[in-house]
This record gives sequence, C-alpha cells and structure tokens, in this order.
Amino acid sequence: MKANFVKVALGAGLLAATALAAPTAASAKTLVYCSEGSPEGFNPSLYTAGTTFDASSRQVFNRLVQFKRGTTTIVPGLATSWDVSADGLEYTFNLRKGVKFHTTEDFTPTRDFNADDVIFTFMRQFDKEHPYHGVSGGSYEYFNGMSMPDLIKDIVKVDDYTVKFVLNRPEAPFIANMAMDFASVLSAEYADAMMEAGTPENVDLNPVGTGPFQLVAYQKDAVIRYKAFPEYWEGKAAIDNLIFAITPDSTVRYQKLKAGECHVMPYPNPADLEEMDADADVNLLSQEGLNVGYLGYNTEKEPFTDPKVRKALNMAINKDAIIEGVYQGAGSAAKNPIPPTIWSYNNDTVDDPYDPEAAKAMLAEAGYPDGFTTDIWAMPVQRPYNPNARRMAELIQADWAAIGVNAEIVSYEWGEYLDRTKKGEQGTFMLGWTGDNGDPDNFLAVLLGCDGVGGSNRARFCNDEFEQLIQQAKTTSDVLERTRLYEEAQLVFKREAPWATIAHSIVFEPVRNEVVDYKIDPFGGHIFYGVDLAE
Amino acid sequence: MLGFLFRRLGDIIPTFFGVTLLVFFLIRLIPGDPILMLAGERGVDAERYAELQAQYGFDQPIIVQYFDYLVGVFQGDLGKSFVTKRPVLDEFLTLFPATVELAIMGILFAVILGVPFGVLAAIHRGKWIDHLTMSLSLTGYSMPIFWWALLLIMFFSTTLGWTPVSGRISVMFFFEPVTGFMLIDSLLSGEKGAFSSAVSHLILPTVALGTIPMAVIARMTRSSMLEVLGEEYIRVARAKGLAPIRVIMVHALRNALIPVITVIGLQVGVLLAGAILTETIFSWPGIGKWIIEAMNRRDYPTIQGGILMIAFLVMAVNLIVDLLYGVVNPRIRHKR
Repeated sequence: MKANFVKVALGAGLLAATALAAPTAASAKTLVYCSEGSPEGFNPSLYTAGTTFDASSRQVFNRLVQFKRGTTTIVPGLATSWDVSADGLEYTFNLRKGVKFHTTEDFTPTRDFNADDVIFTFMRQFDKEHPYHGVSGGSYEYFNGMSMPDLIKDIVKVDDYTVKFVLNRPEAPFIANMAMDFASVLSAEYADAMMEAGTPENVDLNPVGTGPFQLVAYQKDAVIRYKAFPEYWEGKAAIDNLIFAITPDSTVRYQKLKAGECHVMPYPNPADLEEMDADADVNLLSQEGLNVGYLGYNTEKEPFTDPKVRKALNMAINKDAIIEGVYQGAGSAAKNPIPPTIWSYNNDTVDDPYDPEAAKAMLAEAGYPDGFTTDIWAMPVQRPYNPNARRMAELIQADWAAIGVNAEIVSYEWGEYLDRTKKGEQGTFMLGWTGDNGDPDNFLAVLLGCDGVGGSNRARFCNDEFEQLIQQAKTTSDVLERTRLYEEAQLVFKREAPWATIAHSIVFEPVRNEVVDYKIDPFGGHIFYGVDLAE
Repeated sequence: MLGFLFRRLGDIIPTFFGVTLLVFFLIRLIPGDPILMLAGERGVDAERYAELQAQYGFDQPIIVQYFDYLVGVFQGDLGKSFVTKRPVLDEFLTLFPATVELAIMGILFAVILGVPFGVLAAIHRGKWIDHLTMSLSLTGYSMPIFWWALLLIMFFSTTLGWTPVSGRISVMFFFEPVTGFMLIDSLLSGEKGAFSSAVSHLILPTVALGTIPMAVIARMTRSSMLEVLGEEYIRVARAKGLAPIRVIMVHALRNALIPVITVIGLQVGVLLAGAILTETIFSWPGIGKWIIEAMNRRDYPTIQGGILMIAFLVMAVNLIVDLLYGVVNPRIRHKR
C-alpha cells in the first residue's frame, strides 16, 4: 500500500514537471503575475478597485496624459502636449497621431485613434443622455468621486487631433485627474460596432484599447491572458505574453513564487517578509506607499477646538512604538499629511516630539491640568495605511493615560463607522487615505478643506489661512507656485494640528531574480510594460 | 417507489421557501450597507446615494424586495451581481463545474479510503490496526482545512516539487472550456500533457478536501460494522462455515453501509463548506471562492443566488440518498 502510494505520488510529480515544461515555444517570453483577486470587469471607468485597474487600464489602455512609471510625475500619453488658457478654464489637448487600437475577434479597427475616441470616453461618463451611459450598470464612481460632473462644462472636438475641455472653475489638479484610470480612452468605432450588433456591454467585457498588452482571454476567477500588442505606439513590450494567475491567499502566492510558478506577486503576508528577504531566488522590493494613516481630532468638539490640546495629545503619542507594534516595521513615521512620494512634500516640517512631560504641561496651560475623558474611534477593518486600528488605539490609549487623558475605544461596523465619523459624532478617530492622482490637492483639499466638512474632512477642520493657500493652489497651473503654496499649507497644518499624523505604510513586492526592471508603482498598481525577463 | 419519490419531493418545497427567506433576510442583518462599503473612505454624496439605492432596488420596502426576488427566482432569474453586473446564474454555471469536479474527487477519495479503513479497523478491533486507523482518522477530523492544505503545499509542492502549488491546470495550457470539467476538457483539447497537468493539479485539493469526510466515513463504517458483526445472523453465517471474507463483504458490509450512506450524503454539505476554504487556498475557480468574495463585497444578489443554489444542491443530494436507501434496503421504501 505504502509503496504504491509513493509510486503514485512520484508519477504525479513527474507529470507535473512535464506539464509545466510542455507547450510554449522556447523563444516566447511569458511573465506570470500571481494577482490577488478577480477583476470586476475590463472597463476601468466603471469600477474603483485596484485589482480591476491592474487587469484593465494599466495593461490594455492609455490615457491622454500618464504617470511616468514608478513616479507620480505626469508625462504625455495619447496627448503629445496640452495648453491651459490664462483663466485656467480651458484645457486643450493635442492628440498623438498614428496610434493603433487592438484587433480582436469581434472587431478590426479601420482607423487610428483620434478625437472621437476621447469624446466618446468622456461623454459616456459625463452625459446622462449618452447612448452608452447606462450600459453595464452605468455607475462611474471615480468620475463622480473626483467631482468631474461639477467641474466639466463642455468637451469640444476642435478637429480630429485636438480636444478641448471647458471647466466651470479653474482646477489645477484636473490634469492629474486625466492620468487616472477612469480616464482610459476607449475606441468609439468599436463602441459603435457593438451598439449596432446589439451587444454594447461587450465593450466593457472584451476591451479594445491602445495599450501595450491586449486581452486574449479571461477565465473567471482563474487566469487572465494577454499578449504584447506588436503595433504599440511606444514600441512592443519586451515580454511576449502576460498571464495573471489569480491567487487570493498571500501565503500560497509566495509558495507559487518560490516554486517558480509565477514571477511577481503583490501584497505579501508580513510574516513572510523575513524569509523573502533571505531567499536567494527572490528580490524583495519596497517603497513608501502613497498613503497616510492618522488620528484625527473633531475640531468642532470641546476640548479639541483648542490647538494646544491637540498639540499636547500629539506629543503624548509614542509613534516609534506604533511603527514597531502595529506596522511591524512596514511603515515610516509621518510628519506631514501627504506622503513623501508626492511632489511639494515639505521636508522642513518639524514633527511633534514624543515628550509626555511637555505634553502634560501644555495640557495644563490649555486649562486641563487633570486631563479629561474622551473617546478614540478605531476602524473595524484592516486598511493599507493601518494594518490594525484596534491595536493602535490601545497603544494611544495607554500613551494618553500617562498624561491624565482617559480615552474609551469605540468601534462600529465599517460602513457605519464611515457614516458616523462623517457626521462628526466622534471625539478622536482613526482613518487614513490612499492617493488617487498624486496631486497634493487630493490629500490637502479633500481631507482638510472647508468644503470637505460633513464629507471626507472628518476632523471638520476649516482654517482660513490653510483654506486660502489650498484654494490659491487650485487656481494656478504653475507647478513651482503650487509647490510653494502647498509647502506653506503643510506648516499651517502642523501648527494647527487637526491630526496626529501617524505613518505611511511601506509597500513590499517580491519578484523573482529573472525579472528585469520591475518598478513599484506609487499608486499601488502593477505595470508590466517596460519589464523584461532574463534568459 | 414513485409515491415515495413524490412524498420526498413534497418535503422539498417548504424547505426551499425557508431557504430563500433565511438567505434574503439574514444577509440584510449582516451589518454593512453595500453602497457605503463600495464607496469606502471616499464616501458618496446624498444624491448619488439615493440614485444607487434606486438602482439596486433598496428604496423599496423590504417585503417588496423579497417578493420581487422570489418572482425572479421562479423565472430562473437570480439577479445581477452588484460588482460584475453579470447575471448571477451565468456566473454560477461558469464556476460550478470546478466545484463539482473537486467535490466528486473529494468524496471518491473519502469513500475509497474511508470504507476499507473502517472495515479493517472493525475486523481487527482492539488491535494495533484499529488503534492506528482510528487515531489517524481522529487527527484527520480535527485538522483545520486551511492549515492542512498549506502543510500539503509546503511539503509536496515547495519542498519536494512533486505537485503544482495551485490552480486547475498549468497556465501554459490554454483552451476554451467545453464541459467546464478540467479532466474532460484537457482530454478533449488534445494538447500533449494537458490531462496529466490537470490531474496533478487535482491531487492536493482532493486530499485537503477529502480528509475530513474520509475520517468521518472511516469511523462510521467501523462502528456500524461492529454493530452488524455482533448480530446473530452473522454468527449463523459463520457457523454455516462461510468463508470469512464472504461473511464480511456480503453479509455484514451491505447492512453496515446503510448508516454510512447517510453519512456520505451529509458529507456533501460538509464538502461544499470545505470547498470554500479549499478553493481559496488552491486558487480553485469554483463557487466557494466566489461566495466568499461576494460576502466581503456585500454583493447581495451573488450571495443569495450562490447560497440558494448550494442549498438546492444539498437537498437534491439528500433526496438521492433517501432514494438509495430504498435500493439498499427494500423495507424503507414501503414504509408509510
């Protein structure tokens, strides 16, 4: 019996070995990426999940402007250049010529990319009467979330290779929005063909883009296959085939990486990091994430209306202990409300020192020599910027107890937590943010601007000086001027202390040694154009 | 026999209603507004919230929502997923063969090993074989699936390199699914090495999934055999001088199998529950993994549809098991 079992097992092993080596031509380079989940679909404007963007916008499509790989810097994409009118209300994009769309089973393009494709892409999301607006559920959460419907007044085709966006108000971050996933340009010709065939939803299922890879097949929850697009306008990708092997369990992803069943994996289990670092076959890449985890004070509620109280509580928090105990080293202390990977990050800001004695003295000065009683709201979920809010709350609770502040930890189910903190029921609360477009406005205005009170500004912070700076920065498109304004805004933020900035998490990505020139994307995406495999 | 079938079918209808009722309302009792969950930190303004509520039908009274759902179910429409916007039934049918394939292999593994182990233990009651098989089965029964599965992967796939880590077939093979059953499709594809790749990918998930049912079946077979072996007719058979193997295989086992069949039927439910963990770990594209993902995203139509289909399946299997009793033991089918 036993001998038989070993025979069977050995046989199976041999089968497996032959199976892996079997079919592909020796010359084709195939990169296998063990992705963490299934995409919701293949039209990035309909969805908000990074997993979906990885499978669609980041491989199959292009945008008018794009982020330079591995950075938050904006570079030309399908537009070769753009002009902004003096009043900041008109953005005119000059489109690239000779850009080809993919040819698929359903569709053979008869023309190159032009202004009609741009108009189709944005009008579908913007115009509720557009024939495609309601197709595939018709919810464009990112387009709405970035306030595009309020911002855009009109989209005009000037000629075949010029498109003009007319805005209702000057908004400098608009250009960064155009580089976001939802702004991926679809083929108008394909859309027309599918509408005629009576299958408009095919546009969202079988994507036709201009990107470096084209979709070959998606087997639900199992495998996504792409092949390099030979006519790609930036030149054909170095690899020939790209395969996403969907592997939801992080430990299993690592086992697959070790066994050579995939080359790149996202989101490693923190417990495996040490082993990965020591693994000779694996190159463990890391970078600070485009996020911030913070503890906010409800600045409309006593005693947090007084900046001195907020400052004192900040000084009582032992950040190093949190980085060690909660992030387990995969985080770096935050002093600004924006992460260091974003331009205009102010390195001159001085963080509040950890000094319980000084904190106690400042609290006494503010009129609370015996401390007070409050609450700490802790999120019930793990987020990229905060792996364990409950544990963090406990550490802060102990830190504050040392200066006489007794805090009770409060938690609700995630949806309710977000809703109640929006309404301002909390004293202090934990939350964080992951950047969408790499623009400082996306953190500073969204989370701390007066318009955000009652929405994403849960600290209900509305400071005239700060507000003026960020509003001014919205209306000028001069990057140097904007940088200066944001740097100053960060100093005001630090002085007023509406938050205790806790940490920026560190993103880890293990890749096998044979992978050449893979770069961590600051937006958390996984991009394979520009990546090669060593022979 | 036909009357018996109809009686049992009649029992299914109220159960089916009960399941729709439970699934529909229990999901809505889980805290978490799907719209707020989808929006996350970014939030959603009141106007858009109302729009989405109307789109998903949440603006209707819950009774109306339930009624609409029920009407849909009876027309074979399980609704559309909130996430993928695809019909739930289509998604279910795409993924279901993967789960069935795994479940069949799991139950085969459990029966083929479990029954002989149980018989062996019963015959050698109190001896080392008995102790060994029973303590092994206790271990198997107590092992958490995810831990056992990871252990198998680390040992057989990573350390020894005998089996692939996860998936249904090597990603290097690519053919359109015909039946959805990888073993059959890989043969139909005619690609060299595809079938063996599919087989090698099935081994570890089968073992991980089949271990608990195997342990249960082995223990049940043993105790049932022991009971039967103590019966008078067995003593008579032995006294008649029948070959011991004939006594055991023909006289004892057939009668001992009745409770074992019940257990096997019940294990189908256990298998489907186990499939949720097994599929997640082995990246197996089946309905277990699908439902878990839907739960995390509060994708109500998918959760409802998935659970309803599974419940329906468990009921169907139990019906078949009841009918099988009739085949094994004629007394049951005539009982009123």
